[in-house]
Amino acid sequence: MSEKIIEIKGVSRLYGTTVAVDNIDLYIRKGEFLTLLGPSGCGKTTTLRMIAGFELPSSGQILLNGQDITHLPPYLRPVNTVFQRYALFPHLNVYDNVAFGLKLKKVRVVEEDDRGNRYERFVRLTRDEIDEKVERALMMVDLEEFEGRDVTTLSGGQQQRVAIARAIVNEPEILLLDEPLGALDLKMRKEMQLELKAMHDKLGITFIYVTHDQEEALTMSDTIVVMKDGTIQQIGTPKDIYNEPANAFVADFIGESNIFSGTMVDKFKVRFAGANFACVDDFAKNEKVDVVIRPEDIYVVEEGKGAVDGRVVSSVFKGVHYEMVVMVGKNEFTVQDTQEFAVGRTGSLIVKPEDIHIMKKEFEENVYDGMITKRNTVRFAEGEFECDLTQLMPGSRLDEEGYLIDAEGKKYDLTDVPVKVTVGLKDIEIIDNETDGQAAGQIVSIIYKGDHYQVIIRTPEEEEDFVCDTEYTWNEFDRVSVKISPEHIKMRLTGEVEPL
Amino acid sequence: MIKLSRKNLVIPYALFLALFVVAPLLVILYLSFTDSNGAFTFGNFAKFFGDPTYITTFLYSLAIAVLTTLLCLLLAYPVAYILARSKWNKKMILVLLFVMPMWINFVLRIAALRELLNLLGLVGQSTGFLKTVIGMVYDFLPFMILPLYTTLIKMDKSVLEAASDLGANNRQVFFKAVVPLSLPGIVSGITMVFMPSMTCYVVSDVLSERTFEVLGNLIERNYMDNWNFASAIAIVLLVIIGIVMLFTYRFEDHDVNARGGGLW
Repeated sequence: MSEKIIEIKGVSRLYGTTVAVDNIDLYIRKGEFLTLLGPSGCGKTTTLRMIAGFELPSSGQILLNGQDITHLPPYLRPVNTVFQRYALFPHLNVYDNVAFGLKLKKVRVVEEDDRGNRYERFVRLTRDEIDEKVERALMMVDLEEFEGRDVTTLSGGQQQRVAIARAIVNEPEILLLDEPLGALDLKMRKEMQLELKAMHDKLGITFIYVTHDQEEALTMSDTIVVMKDGTIQQIGTPKDIYNEPANAFVADFIGESNIFSGTMVDKFKVRFAGANFACVDDFAKNEKVDVVIRPEDIYVVEEGKGAVDGRVVSSVFKGVHYEMVVMVGKNEFTVQDTQEFAVGRTGSLIVKPEDIHIMKKEFEENVYDGMITKRNTVRFAEGEFECDLTQLMPGSRLDEEGYLIDAEGKKYDLTDVPVKVTVGLKDIEIIDNETDGQAAGQIVSIIYKGDHYQVIIRTPEEEEDFVCDTEYTWNEFDRVSVKISPEHIKMRLTGEVEPL
Repeated sequence: MIKLSRKNLVIPYALFLALFVVAPLLVILYLSFTDSNGAFTFGNFAKFFGDPTYITTFLYSLAIAVLTTLLCLLLAYPVAYILARSKWNKKMILVLLFVMPMWINFVLRIAALRELLNLLGLVGQSTGFLKTVIGMVYDFLPFMILPLYTTLIKMDKSVLEAASDLGANNRQVFFKAVVPLSLPGIVSGITMVFMPSMTCYVVSDVLSERTFEVLGNLIERNYMDNWNFASAIAIVLLVIIGIVMLFTYRFEDHDVNARGGGLW
């Protein structure tokens, strides 16, 4: 498991102006089981198809054993594919489907004539050789009795096996599998997962597997490549990916997780959900971070004995454990514990420092949970802000009484309706006075970012942060206020609103 | 009162088939094996197969039909293939252009073609065969393009990718996957072209200005005064078409129609 069999160097694939794969670099080691994992549209299938040769990269290079195969047509590549919907030849029976590649294959033989001249020529496989190989491949997938059967009469699982046999019979260096189990039912899928894994061990060739099913990826792979929006998010072993997700997306995609916005308050100390927790990651003080905790890593103990107290709002028995939702202030913790805390009870949560995964957060905008007031302003982060309510519904307007009228003429009272508010970093104005702005707070951090300062202002009660990019320098611990003009407050509804 | 159950719905169709298909067939069969007095005889068939001019006409007809079908297939396949594979989103317009001549009156179209061929210098008795083939191909080409196009456009592209993945170059993909998978379309096309070109006599009549005869002419000439002989020729024609159809269906395996594409 050392040599690189495939190297993908700076490969991009564009369809018109949409980018399906965005400048990825990846290498695959000989003999490994590598899974490309991601939600639909993340570019995993496109990547696989570029390795197979069905699609050409818009830019970049693909190397196989060090040789450039970027523009080599599929039939010249020593790779075979198992397709998503099998793609068997409906006009051929099982035997002929499996033998398809063998009948086309020519092997090099070196011969010597009477005068001792050696020359090489390419010969087709003999009938017997083909017979033997087909038989062996069908044995591998437990279909040896099915040679003469019409493929259209087979069940989904059997068709899948034929598709696998058809690919492996050619003894490819790499087997590509494009969501091969997607069309099978759950039980069949689990069975095939184990069989594929066993087959990989037995054949010893490289498997590249594409799936959107994280469990499938964790079960089978040596290496998982998590993709999103055409880029690689993380490459690692299933264990690494699960235990040390590189960012909030990976954490969310692989398994269940609790993700919180937190701030580093000290070395190895992170603050989120209104409490300080010890952790093992070291980030700069006051850095905004994403905190990820797996539900099974949280323990509920008697009130006051853990790091933070919360009320159990739901509890579902899941067989081995109870899945409980614990509310800590406005934060929701999903907890899996073998011990049940009854709904309504207050418990305390414990998380071991090594189970708190901290990821750097790239700040692009401020996000708040807000609420519309009866004066048609929006309240968030201990402040009240003028805003444009008509952006909540397309084609809407406000009537004289202040009700929102939508495009169809329906009338809404938005008082106390929750909204998600986003404000750009450059759109917050800092005022050197606690009372003149719309919300007040204390400056907790100033970071110089090359051409501007990033200032974080924290409100006293709810500990909400305003992150602002500004060209002026401010002093830490100054008490200031902020002002945001209505056109910079972007809002969307978080739930359904009933018309009056 | 007859209850309107699902079973009874078949009655009108059964009546129609009995009256307009089975009965006429039986009448023709009866006529072909009797003389003008109604006595049983093989004479009509003996007359047909004993006369070299009839046999020549028959062979010409067969040759025209086979040649027309082959030419149509050779011309239509590339067109249908290119149209089906092209990513151009206005390709329906092209398909329409190929099919549109069918919307113009048949006789008018053939008459126009005659003028065109005359203009090109194809005149005289010796050109009858050639002109008939040209006319038939011109007329029946859309019937070949349409079924081929529908089969090819419905073809699962991942199957072709699979072929290429398994080591087939472009030529091998075409002959080992595309052609076998489009067999239902080919069979439909052959049926649609061969049957009418075997029986149609208007094309040869108009184009050769009645200097060249096909089997259809023979029937037309005889049915006024010798019903029995005309019926015998019709039965011969029926048997020939039947044999050809059996032959083409052999290529099509039983489940192919389930995949679609076959118009028959």
